[in-house]
Amino acid sequence: MLTKRIIPCLDIKNGRTVKGVNFVELRDAGDPVELAKIYAENYADELVFLDISATEERRKTLAKLVEDIAKHINIPFTVGGGISSVDDVAMLLKSGADKVSINSAAVRRPELISEVAQRFGSQCVVVAIDAKQIVGQWKVHLVGGKQPTDIDLFEWAKKVQELGAGEILFTSMDHDGTKAGFANEALAKLSEELHIPIIASGGAGNVKHFEDTFKLGKADAALAASVFHFKEIEIPDLKKELKANGISIRI
Amino acid sequence: MKIAIIDYGAGNVKSIEFALQRLGFESELTSDSEVVKNADRVIFPGVGEASSAMNMLKNTGLDTLIPTLKQPVLGICLGMQLMCDVCEEGNTKGLGIFDAKVVKFDTQFKVPQVGWNTIFNLKSDLFKGIGENSYMYLVHSYYVPKHKSSIAASDYGIEYSVALHKNNFFGVQFHPEKSGKIGELILKNFIETSI
Repeated sequence: MLTKRIIPCLDIKNGRTVKGVNFVELRDAGDPVELAKIYAENYADELVFLDISATEERRKTLAKLVEDIAKHINIPFTVGGGISSVDDVAMLLKSGADKVSINSAAVRRPELISEVAQRFGSQCVVVAIDAKQIVGQWKVHLVGGKQPTDIDLFEWAKKVQELGAGEILFTSMDHDGTKAGFANEALAKLSEELHIPIIASGGAGNVKHFEDTFKLGKADAALAASVFHFKEIEIPDLKKELKANGISIRI
Repeated sequence: MKIAIIDYGAGNVKSIEFALQRLGFESELTSDSEVVKNADRVIFPGVGEASSAMNMLKNTGLDTLIPTLKQPVLGICLGMQLMCDVCEEGNTKGLGIFDAKVVKFDTQFKVPQVGWNTIFNLKSDLFKGIGENSYMYLVHSYYVPKHKSSIAASDYGIEYSVALHKNNFFGVQFHPEKSGKIGELILKNFIETSI
C-alpha cells in the first residue's frame, strides 16, 4: 500500500539554511547537505528546499547546491523559490533535482506549468499555492503570502491540475506558524475535487496534527519545517505513532 | 567495470550517476551507440511522457541498438515501460523486449501514484539481501499488469508487476536511485549480477 509522506522543508539563502536548527550532531548547522543527510537517514520520505535568496548570483549558487545535495542524499527532493522559466527548471533538473516547485510565476503566467510538464513530465511539477481566507473565501496569495489576489484556491488548483501539475503543495497562510494544526477542511476539499496528490503545509505543531491532516484532511503528504528543525518532533517517533494509529507509513 | 547510463534527453539522469558514485562505481552518461555497446552494464532511465521519450530515443538510433544488447541492461521507470511491446500513453510502440502492454491506472486512488510503496513476491538475485515488503519510491501513472516475466509485484488498488526480467534485461518501475539504502543495494546487485 502506498504510504503517506513526511516532508521536512529547508529554507535556503545563498546556499545556506536560514532558520536556526537544533541539531547537536551537525558540525555545521548552516550546511543544507549535512542536514538533508540526517533527515534522509531518519526516514524523511522526501525533502523540499526553498531558496529565498535574491542576489544576482542566486542561480549559480543554487545549481551548485542542488548538485551537492543530489550527490549525497538517496531520497527524492524538490527545489523551489523564484522559478520563473523553463530554463530555470532545466538547470535545476540537470543539476539533480527530482521536482521543482513553482509558485507566483505560475499565477502570473499559467502556461509555464504546461511548458514544464510537456518538456520534463508532470511528475516533476509541484505547484505551490499559498492561500488564506478572506471573508470566508480561500484566496491565492503571492510573494510568500504577502500579495493577495482575487483568485479562488479551488478554481486555481483545478486549473493547475489541467495544465499538467503533478502535485499541489498547499500552504494555508492562516495556519502557517501557528502550530495549531493544518487546514484540514480546505485540504479535504482539494483532495476530493482533484486527482493529483496534495501536500499539506502550514500549522504542524504536534503528532496529532499529522494524524488529523492524513485522516481528516485526506492529505497525501505533510510538510513542516521548524517542528523538525528544532526537534520538537523526531520523524522516527512521529512515524511510529502514525503507524500505531492506522496510517500507512514507511518505517 | 564500464557502466553506461543512456542519456537521450529524458529527465534526471544525474541521480543515477550519483547513486553509483556512492556505491563506488564510475559511470558515463552517453547517447553514443559505440559506448553503450561496449559497456559492461547499461542503465536505461527515463521519466516523462512515453511517446516523446520514444521519439528522443529514435533520434539517437538507440531504439534499434537496445534490444540487441547482450550485457545486463536495467530499465528504470519509463525506461522499463519502453522495453515493453506497447505503452497506452500516447499509443507508443515500445522496444518489444518484454511482451507486455503498459496500461493506465484505473483505480479509486490518485493518479499518478507518487511516493513509497512496498514490493513483494521477489524472485530474482536483483533483490538479494532485500526483504519482502521493502519500500521503494515510485512516480507513475501507467503500469505493467501481472506478467510471466515478473520478478516483483506491488499493489495500488490492483496488484501489478513492478519489476521484470528476461535473459539479460531487467526492468524496475520504482527508482532505486531514490529509494534510500535498499534502492542502492538493488543497483549494486544489478552491477554484480552474473548472467
